[in-house]
Amino acid sequence: MQLDPIHQFEIKNFVPLFNLGGHQISFTNSALYMFIIVGLTSVLLIGATTRRAVVPGRLQSIAEMCYEFVANTVRSSAGTEGMRFFPFVFTLFMFVLLANLIGLIPYSFTVTSQLIITVTLALLVFFIVVGYGFWKNGLHFFNLFVPKGVPKLILPAIVAIEVLSFLSRPVSHSVRLFANMLAGHITLQVFAGFVIMMGSAGILGLFGATLPFIMVVLLFALELLVAFLQAYVFAILTCIYLNDAIHPGH
Amino acid sequence: MSDARENGDWGKQQTSEAALSARLQRLNEGLGQARDAAGHPSESSGAQRAATASGYAKGFRLSSELVAGVVVGAGIGWLLDRWLGVSPWGLIVFLLLGFAAGVLNVMRSAGLIAGPALGEGNRQGPDR
Repeated sequence: MQLDPIHQFEIKNFVPLFNLGGHQISFTNSALYMFIIVGLTSVLLIGATTRRAVVPGRLQSIAEMCYEFVANTVRSSAGTEGMRFFPFVFTLFMFVLLANLIGLIPYSFTVTSQLIITVTLALLVFFIVVGYGFWKNGLHFFNLFVPKGVPKLILPAIVAIEVLSFLSRPVSHSVRLFANMLAGHITLQVFAGFVIMMGSAGILGLFGATLPFIMVVLLFALELLVAFLQAYVFAILTCIYLNDAIHPGH
Repeated sequence: MSDARENGDWGKQQTSEAALSARLQRLNEGLGQARDAAGHPSESSGAQRAATASGYAKGFRLSSELVAGVVVGAGIGWLLDRWLGVSPWGLIVFLLLGFAAGVLNVMRSAGLIAGPALGEGNRQGPDR
């Protein structure tokens, strides 16, 4: 077992593929885990919905619960018009949720603890919001940045602040997920490292090692909650941002 | 004489009590209306529910909102300085604006003020 808490986030190149603008593009452990996530999601959902029983079995219940959970989230924060984005939000939610949960398995790799992954997802949401907002509302989309009932004198400053607030969304959207996963996994690894270090220090250390071991168990429960919560927060923020594109306060 | 005064006092007390209860009732009605008005958006804005799900998540959420605003403001200011050569004014102005945007983000995600799509006049907008 590695004592270095950062070691678990190391990217390993498995198969070098090709060069793109001087950058080596390879099949990495990150890519492998993403394939696993997508494969697992597909197998779970397709396998669960083939039987289509009126009284759902275990797998079908899981799939239906996921569907209803995300559908309620989308409906409540983006309205029924937001349901056209349901496949997108559902995909994002399942991807992030499975990435977080699979990352909790010891010796596995957490895809969402890589900033580049979460930034890509957040920018995807951001550009979909901007693109759909302009496509649907045209220049009315700019009304998002002009709050009503503001004196003309301070309007330029308010608009600048609103624009900055809008631009800062992908940053907070991505950093929240990334930092939560990174911090959680480093904490787990550090406490697990304590167990090993104290355990190898004789019989007295073995007794002392129970304390960090209890911490690891408790932290693992917390991480399980965080894994689910962050997937939910990521999905709901996506819905809220999409809501701005659908109804930009015209 | 003192009896009369007492009577008068008692009468006054009674009227003030009646006025008080009437006022309380009015306040209650107003509160109910305000709750009804506020109930729908807060009920539907699931972000608030997500934030209250765990204090840890809430703290993290708010701090990341503030930091994001400041970082984006500083980044834009720095880029403007480099491109337009107006150093250090771009950084100064946009860092301050970014800080304001960060505070705005925090207040919005804490549910203290309405989101940008909920301007005055479209409060009865379809959802949110």
